Amino acid sequence: MPDLGDYAIEVLSAYAVSILLIGVLIWLSWRRYAKVRASLEKVEKNG
Amino acid sequence: MSMWEYANPKLFMGWTRPVLPWMFASAGVCLVVGLVWGFFFTPDDFRQGSTVKIIYLHVPSALMAINAWIMMLVASLIWVVRRHHVSALAARAAAPVGVVFTLIALFTGGIWGQPMWGTYWAWDPRLTSFLILFLFYLGYIALWEAIEDPDTAADLTSVLCMVGSVFAILSRYAVLFWNQGLHQGASLSLDKEENISDVFWFPLLVCIAGFVLLFVALVLMRTRTEIRARRIRALEARARRA
Repeated sequence: MPDLGDYAIEVLSAYAVSILLIGVLIWLSWRRYAKVRASLEKVEKNG
Repeated sequence: MSMWEYANPKLFMGWTRPVLPWMFASAGVCLVVGLVWGFFFTPDDFRQGSTVKIIYLHVPSALMAINAWIMMLVASLIWVVRRHHVSALAARAAAPVGVVFTLIALFTGGIWGQPMWGTYWAWDPRLTSFLILFLFYLGYIALWEAIEDPDTAADLTSVLCMVGSVFAILSRYAVLFWNQGLHQGASLSLDKEENISDVFWFPLLVCIAGFVLLFVALVLMRTRTEIRARRIRALEARARRA
């Protein structure tokens, strides 16, 4: 871990929040992708 | 084959399927390498101290926040001129990605600004135009959700996108238009004298590549989702009529 000096909170919170936001974006996009794909398969199967 | 044929929904679903995992893998590799390199293996700046490490998140996200809107503008213009449904759906798919990148740019900018400027926020031309761009993103997403007919929604959101483009361009060039405010000029330049030092520049380039690839991967995946959702609506409407 590098020595972040007096700015450790600023740097770490910038990384933590950004990585969290990107993670949530990927997760939500993937969840909807899988859900819609399953729904389409179901609709196409039913006729 | 004309390039417009790639915008055919069936063709689009075909060519994006094998591309998508590679895009995500490349984005993941670039982001991990760039961020680890920048965070662990670059020195502190002689003036900004360790806060310079925020550059690896702030600059790529701000760059992509603006470029995502420009991509939406191009897709909206294609919709308005050529009525390609995939372009309208791609613009819709890009908006949530753009809004997250804008939020990251605003947050990391604020957290960087506090120790450097003594404040999280100032009504500086670049910061203000970025905040307005963020609000335009929210309005764009809300408009898509509010209108039931997809073609009408695509028409109206295209107009909104064109209006919002003023702020996307302004947020990039605001520091040049108004020689005032706290935000400095462009961090990146092709002129070696003006550009940041190589020790920060190379990991930053890898991070920018990671953000670009992640944006493309997410937009392709989300466009595939929108095409499928549109097909579901069409099949359900057909079933109701039968």
